[in-house]
Amino acid sequence: MTSIIGPASYQFFGIFPAAILSFILPVVGVGLFAYIMARRLAPLVRAAPDYRLDRIGQRIIQLITLWLGQMKQPRYMLAGVLHIVIFAGFLILSIRSVSLVIIGLSDGFVMPGFGGWLGDVYNFLKDYAATFVLIACIVAGIRRGIFKPARYAVPEKYGKDHTAEAVFALGIIGTLMISESLFEASELAFAYQQTGEWHFTAPLSLVWIFTHMLTGASLNFLQGLHIFSYFLHDVTFFFFLCFLPLGKHFHVITSIFNVFFMRLDKGKIKPVRYGVSDEQLDDLESFGVKKLEDFTWKHMLDFYSCADCGRCSDQCPANAVGRPLSPRFITIKARDLMFKNYPLSGEIYKSKMLVEDIYTEDEIWSCTTCGACEEECPLAIEYINKMVDLRRGMVDEGLVPQSLQKPLKALEKRGNPYGKMEKKRADWALEKEFKADYPIKDLTKESADTLYFVDSITSYDDNIQEVARRTAMILNRAGVDFGILGKDEKDSGNEVLRFGEEMLYQDLKEQNTEAILATGVKQIVTADPHAYNALKNDYTGLPPVRHISQVVAEKITSGALSLKPCQHPEKVYVYHDPCYLGRHNGIYEDPRQALDAIDGLTRVEMEKSRDRSFCCGGGGLMLFYEPEEETRMGVLRVNMAAEAGANVIVTACPFCLVNIQDAIKVAGKEGEMEALDFTELIARHLA
Amino acid sequence: MEILVCVKRVPDTAENEFELNSAGNDLDRDDLVYSVNEWDNYAVEEAIQIVDNVGGSVTVVTVGDDESEEVLRREMAMGANNGVLLSDDAFEGSDGKGIAAILKAEVAKGKYDLILTGAQADEGAGQVGGMLSAMLDYPYASLVNKIEVVNDTTIQVGREIEGGNQEMNEIQLPCVLSIQTGINEPRYVGIRGIRKVASVDVPVKGAGDLGIDPATVGKNGAKTRRVDYFVPDLGDGAEMLEGSTEEIIEKLIEKLKAKGGL
Amino acid sequence: MTQIFAYIPFKNGAAEDVALEYPDAAKKIDPSAEVTAVVAGTGADLDKVADAMTGIYKEVIKIDHAELAYPNAELVRKALLDVLPHDALILLPHDTFGMDLAPGLAVKMDSAYAADIVDFEGLDGKDLKMIRQELGGAVYTHVASDISSGAVITVRPGSFAPTEDTAAGGSVVDKSGDVKDLSAKRKFLEVVVAEVGDVDITKADVLVSIGRGIEEEENIEIAQELADAMGAVVSCSRPIVDAKWLEKSRQVGTSGQTVKPKVYMAMGISGSFQHLGGVKGNPFIVAVNKNPKAPIFQVADVGIVEDILEFMPELTEAVKGL
Repeated sequence: MTSIIGPASYQFFGIFPAAILSFILPVVGVGLFAYIMARRLAPLVRAAPDYRLDRIGQRIIQLITLWLGQMKQPRYMLAGVLHIVIFAGFLILSIRSVSLVIIGLSDGFVMPGFGGWLGDVYNFLKDYAATFVLIACIVAGIRRGIFKPARYAVPEKYGKDHTAEAVFALGIIGTLMISESLFEASELAFAYQQTGEWHFTAPLSLVWIFTHMLTGASLNFLQGLHIFSYFLHDVTFFFFLCFLPLGKHFHVITSIFNVFFMRLDKGKIKPVRYGVSDEQLDDLESFGVKKLEDFTWKHMLDFYSCADCGRCSDQCPANAVGRPLSPRFITIKARDLMFKNYPLSGEIYKSKMLVEDIYTEDEIWSCTTCGACEEECPLAIEYINKMVDLRRGMVDEGLVPQSLQKPLKALEKRGNPYGKMEKKRADWALEKEFKADYPIKDLTKESADTLYFVDSITSYDDNIQEVARRTAMILNRAGVDFGILGKDEKDSGNEVLRFGEEMLYQDLKEQNTEAILATGVKQIVTADPHAYNALKNDYTGLPPVRHISQVVAEKITSGALSLKPCQHPEKVYVYHDPCYLGRHNGIYEDPRQALDAIDGLTRVEMEKSRDRSFCCGGGGLMLFYEPEEETRMGVLRVNMAAEAGANVIVTACPFCLVNIQDAIKVAGKEGEMEALDFTELIARHLA
Repeated sequence: MEILVCVKRVPDTAENEFELNSAGNDLDRDDLVYSVNEWDNYAVEEAIQIVDNVGGSVTVVTVGDDESEEVLRREMAMGANNGVLLSDDAFEGSDGKGIAAILKAEVAKGKYDLILTGAQADEGAGQVGGMLSAMLDYPYASLVNKIEVVNDTTIQVGREIEGGNQEMNEIQLPCVLSIQTGINEPRYVGIRGIRKVASVDVPVKGAGDLGIDPATVGKNGAKTRRVDYFVPDLGDGAEMLEGSTEEIIEKLIEKLKAKGGL
Repeated sequence: MTQIFAYIPFKNGAAEDVALEYPDAAKKIDPSAEVTAVVAGTGADLDKVADAMTGIYKEVIKIDHAELAYPNAELVRKALLDVLPHDALILLPHDTFGMDLAPGLAVKMDSAYAADIVDFEGLDGKDLKMIRQELGGAVYTHVASDISSGAVITVRPGSFAPTEDTAAGGSVVDKSGDVKDLSAKRKFLEVVVAEVGDVDITKADVLVSIGRGIEEEENIEIAQELADAMGAVVSCSRPIVDAKWLEKSRQVGTSGQTVKPKVYMAMGISGSFQHLGGVKGNPFIVAVNKNPKAPIFQVADVGIVEDILEFMPELTEAVKGL
C-alpha cells in the first residue's frame, strides 16, 4: 500500500526534486511582488503630506464596519453579496494559501494550532469557502461577461472596455479555487482507493464533489493530478499576487489601508496643504493640485484602491445629466497616469498639468460637491477634496470660466456673488407688513442670544427673501431671542471654498467670524444648509450652529411651537434631502419629524432619499456655472418626486428651492407640482 | 515684442448702483467699488498671450491717483511684467487729450512695438487710444477683436464693425490698438495673485519726471470738461400702458421711437 | 455764427441714417449755424451720395480719391485735414467708423473733442454745452467744450430727430484737388462677414427677449418676425435654452450673456433675479406679460399686460406699417 507523494517529496521524471520548484516559485513571486510594490510606492513618497494618523479608535471602527463588515456592499444587492462571498472566502482561504506554499517544502505541513479540532473546523469552512467563491466567480463572470450591467460600460472618451480584466481576474480566482480543491481531492481519492475509507469532507463542497468524481481514476493519474494541481495553484497564486498591483485588483491589497486612513470629517474641506496654517498660506509657492505629485499620498492611495465598481458614477448627478464628469474616471484616469508615469521599470516621467493631460476644465467644474459618490464608495475613496484641490490649482493658474469670474469678483468687492450693495443686505426685513409684525434686531447695535445667519441668496434674491421672513417669523413665534448681522454679514463662502478660491474664502471667513464673535451670541441659526455647513464645519471658534429644521423639531417636541392640521390634506408631500443638510451633516430626521407633526399631512418618500438623495443642481456659485448637460439635475429630481406620487416637493435649502422651482417649469409640470421651502410650510401651519 | 498697455481704475458697473450725492452734481462715491476697466483687462490678457507666443514683455501704465496702483498690481498679477503709475496733482481734471499727452510722454521714455488700450472706459468716449496714436504718428485701429503677429514689423488685426462683421487690416509696427471685449478670455486673478506681486516696485512718475508742462495738461489744458452728473427722472416701477391693443401699440411705438428702439 | 461740417458715412451708395440727424444736432448747437456736408470716397457711389445730400444740405463737399474706395480712417483723416479749416466744428457718428477716426482727427486739428453726444444745450460764449452718458448709461453728464479753436464731436446715432426737409437745393463742391498725399501705415484687407446664426446679443442695441411665455418652439418665429421688423436681435431667458429652442449664446442672465442694449423688449419673461442680472446699462425696458404681478414690471420702464403670442404679431404689423 502506498500513499500519494506530496510536492515536497515528488521528483519530476524521477530525478528532479519538485521541492526546488516549490522553493523557487515563492522566492521569485515574493521578490517580484516586493519589487512591484516598491515601484508602486514611489509616487506616494513624492506626494503631498496628509495627516491620517489621528483618532485611531474611530479608524479601527471604520475598518471593522466598512472593510471587514463590507457595510456598503449590500447597497447594490447582487454585486454586493457576490463581493462579500469572495471577500469572506479570501479571508478564510488566506491561511490555507500560506500553508499550501509551505506544503511544497514540507509534506503534510499544518499551521501551528490547526492540528486538532480547530483544523477540522477550519477545513470544513475553507471547503465551503472555496466552493462559494467559485460559484460567486461564475455568477460574477456571467454577469460581467454576458449580462454586462450598464454601470460597468466605459464611454468611448474614457478608453477601452474593462470587462476583459474583470473576467480574467475572476478566472484566476476560479483557477485557485479549483486547483486547491483538486490538490486535496486527488489525495483523498488516492487514499480511498488504497484504504477504502472516506475522509470526511464538507458535503457538496468542491473537494467533496471532486473526490467523488475521482474515485475511479488511476493512481498514476491521481498522483499526476495532485502534483499538477499543486503547482497550478502555486503558480497562479504568485501570478495573482504580482498581478494585483497592475490594475483594479490592487484594491485587494490596498483596501485595508485605504479604509483605515479614510476621511473622517464629512462636510469639511482639507487644508490647502497639511502642516501649513491659514496664516502661512501666503508663503506657499503654488496652490492646489496642478500635477500628479501635488495630490496627497492618501489621494494617490485612493487611485490605487479603486475597484472600478462604478457605483460612484452610478450615483453621480453630474454623470446622470450628461455633464462631462464621471467620478469613476476621475480615479481611473489618475491611476492609469500613475501607472504610466511611474512604470515598473525604467525612468519616471515628468508630469504635466493634469487639466491638460487627463482632465478637462469643464470636468472639474461640473462637480456640485453633493457627496453622493463618496457616500456610495465601498472603499471610502474621496472625491470632494480632490475636486477642491484641482480647482485650487486652476484658480491659482487663472483658469476660471468667465461666468464664474463675475460672481467671484463681486464676492471680493461686495461680499455677495450678485454684486449687490452691502447696505441692502437686510432689505428683506423692510417689507412693510412684515416689519410691522416682526421687527428684526441688528446685532451690530443690539444684543440677543441667537444670531440668524441669512447668507447671500436669501438676503438678495427677491424670490428667496421670503425664506428669510418665514425663518424670522418661526424663530419669533418659538420665543427665540435673535437678530441679524445686516450689512456686516458676508457670504458664508461655502462654495467659494469648494470652488477653490481659498484666499477669498479666508477673507470672508475672517470677516464673518469677527462680526459674529463681536455680537456675543450663544448660538447661530440658519435656514441655508450651505451656510450651516460652512459655519459648522469649515469655520472654527464659533458658537454652536443649528439649522432651522433642528430648531423647529426641538420646539415642537418641547411644546414651544404647535402646528395646525394640514391645510391641504388632499396633497401628497415629499421631502427632498438637501446635500449639505443630509449627506454632509446627517440631518435627515428633524425636517421629516417636523413635517409629520402636521396633522393630516400625507408624506411619501422618493426612492433616492436620505443619504442617497439626488442633488438638485447645486448651490452658491454653481448657479453661475453653465456646464454642458443633456438635462438638468432638478428635472430628474422632479420626475423622481412625481414617480413617488408626490405633488408638493418640500425642501430645506434656498438653492434646492430655486433649482426645483425652475425644474418644475422646465419639466412642464407647472400646475401639477409645486416646490415649497420647509420654513414656508411650517410658517403656514403655525397655530 | 515690447508691449505697453494703458489701463484705468474705474467704478465697477456690475457691482455698483449709481446714485447722485446730496448736492446732486456728482456721484455718491461713498459706497462705490472700483476695479480695472473691463476692456483694459482684455487688452492686458491679449498682451500677455502675444508675449507668451513671440517673447518680449508687457508693461502696464495708468494715469491716476495713489489708489490706481491697485489696478496695476491686479494686471501684474495676471502676468504683466512691469507697472508704471503716472501721478501728479497737475494731471487732475485732464480731458482725453491731456491723458493721451501724459501717456505719450511715457511712451517716449521707452521703446514699445505695440501699445494697447481698452476700446473705452467708464466715460464711454473711447478716445485716448486714437489720440495717443495721432500724437505719436503711429497707425491706429479701434475695437480690435483679433491680433495676429505676421513678423517683427507687421501685424494683422480684425476690427469689430457693425453687424458683427470683422474688418481685417494690416498694420505696421509700432502702432496703437484699442481692444474690444471678447477678443480672449481673461484669466482669473484672485486675492492671492495680487498679494504675490504686492512687494514688486511700481515706479511713480510725475509731470517733472516726464518732462510735461503742467499748463498743457490737467484742468488748465482741458478743452472739454465734465460740468456735473445727473440722472434723468425715470420714476419707479413700469408705466403700465392700458387701453385697447391698438392704443397700447400706438403709445408703445411712440416710446420706442424716442428710445432708439425703431 | 458757427461753421459746422457734417461727415456723411455711406455704404453701397446710400448715406447712413445719421446724415438725416445732423441738421437737428446742428440746430441745437447754434440755430444760426451753417452746416456743410462732407462726403469722401470714390466713383459713382460717391457721386450718388453727394447728390442725395444736396437735398438736405446747402453745401456738400466731395472728396473723390481712389484710395478712399474703402473708408480707412487713417486716410479719411488725412483727407479731411487737407480739406477742412482747422477751427471747424466737425460732426461724426459715434459708431465703429467714427470711433476709429474722430479722436485722432481732433488731435491733428488741435481742436476740442467730445464723444457720444446724445444732446446739445447750445453755446455759452466759447463753450458748447452737451449731454452724454457715462458708466454704461447709468448716469448722464453735462459736458462743456471750448470750441474756439474748433471741435470734433461724435453724436450717438438715433439721438436726434431726422430731418424731413429733403429739398434744400444745395450744391456739390469738389475739393478732391486739395487732398495731398494719401498713404497709410494701415492697410485695409477685407471684411469678414459674420456667419448666419452667429449672433452676438451682447452687441445688439435692441433685443427682443423671450421667456417661457413663448410656450412652444414654433412660436419663436413670432418673436423673430418682430425682431426683424424692429431691426433687433432675439435673445431669451434660461428656460428657452434649456428647452434647446435657442442656442446658449442667446441667453441673457447671470448664467448667460450680459447684454447692454438701448432697448430691451422682455416678452413673456417674468424677470427673475438671475435673468435681470444679465441686463446692464440701464436700457429702456418694455415688459409684456400675461401676469400683472410679474416681477419684471417692477424694473421695466413700460409694462403691458397682454399675451405675447397675440401681442407680438400685432406689434410686428404696426412696426412694418411705419
